[in-house]
Amino acid sequence: MQEKEKYQKLKDIIQVYLPSDVSVDNIQPSSNFISELNINSANLVDIILDVEDAFDIRLENEDMNQMQTVADALQIIDSKLNG
Amino acid sequence: MTHQEIIGLLPYKKPFLFVDELLEVTEDGSKGSFTFDRNLDFYRGHFKENPVTPGVILTECCAQIGLVCLGIYLMRKEELEKSNILIGMSSSEMEFLKPVFPGERVTVVSKKIYFRFQKLKCEVQMYNAKKELVCKGTVSGMLKIEVDG
Repeated sequence: MQEKEKYQKLKDIIQVYLPSDVSVDNIQPSSNFISELNINSANLVDIILDVEDAFDIRLENEDMNQMQTVADALQIIDSKLNG
Repeated sequence: MTHQEIIGLLPYKKPFLFVDELLEVTEDGSKGSFTFDRNLDFYRGHFKENPVTPGVILTECCAQIGLVCLGIYLMRKEELEKSNILIGMSSSEMEFLKPVFPGERVTVVSKKIYFRFQKLKCEVQMYNAKKELVCKGTVSGMLKIEVDG
């Protein structure tokens, strides 16, 4: 899977959980899920579960702790896919 | 953990405790009952001259029995203490099928959908004393243990 394709897939997942005052255009690799995209911790769990299904990987608690930004998520996805 | 210990760890008290008895708790779900006291304050206003248990209260009852009691059981930390369990309901989607009147006893049955990353999501069903389904839906919440305050 190309990087661009992974990024798009992740964006599609995140988009579902964005609060109404945050637009899709706000999603950037550097975006912090909680402080910039206004995603709460319960929805962050939903994003993780959707990521697991979409990429057929399994994330652990420490992965969630490290997942602060969209770029962090992409890096974790990469490491699981190559792991 | 005994059923009574779980009830003892609940962070609620009257008039906002909606669990009388916990009947079953396993890895996969929980079951408990509650009787709505006729003197509960909200019946004075919901509705005028026609007391019916509000849907939000039925949802709360489902969440306390189905989500919080089950969550405490699943966390099963020996050092669990009332003061350091943090609970927040994060979403609910309910359907209300029959009214619940003052004095009625209801039974809530909950099935775990998942408990991961401190989020518990359950399918809940509430039955009246005639075993009729009165409401059903899904509730989710975040459960955390605060370490060292």
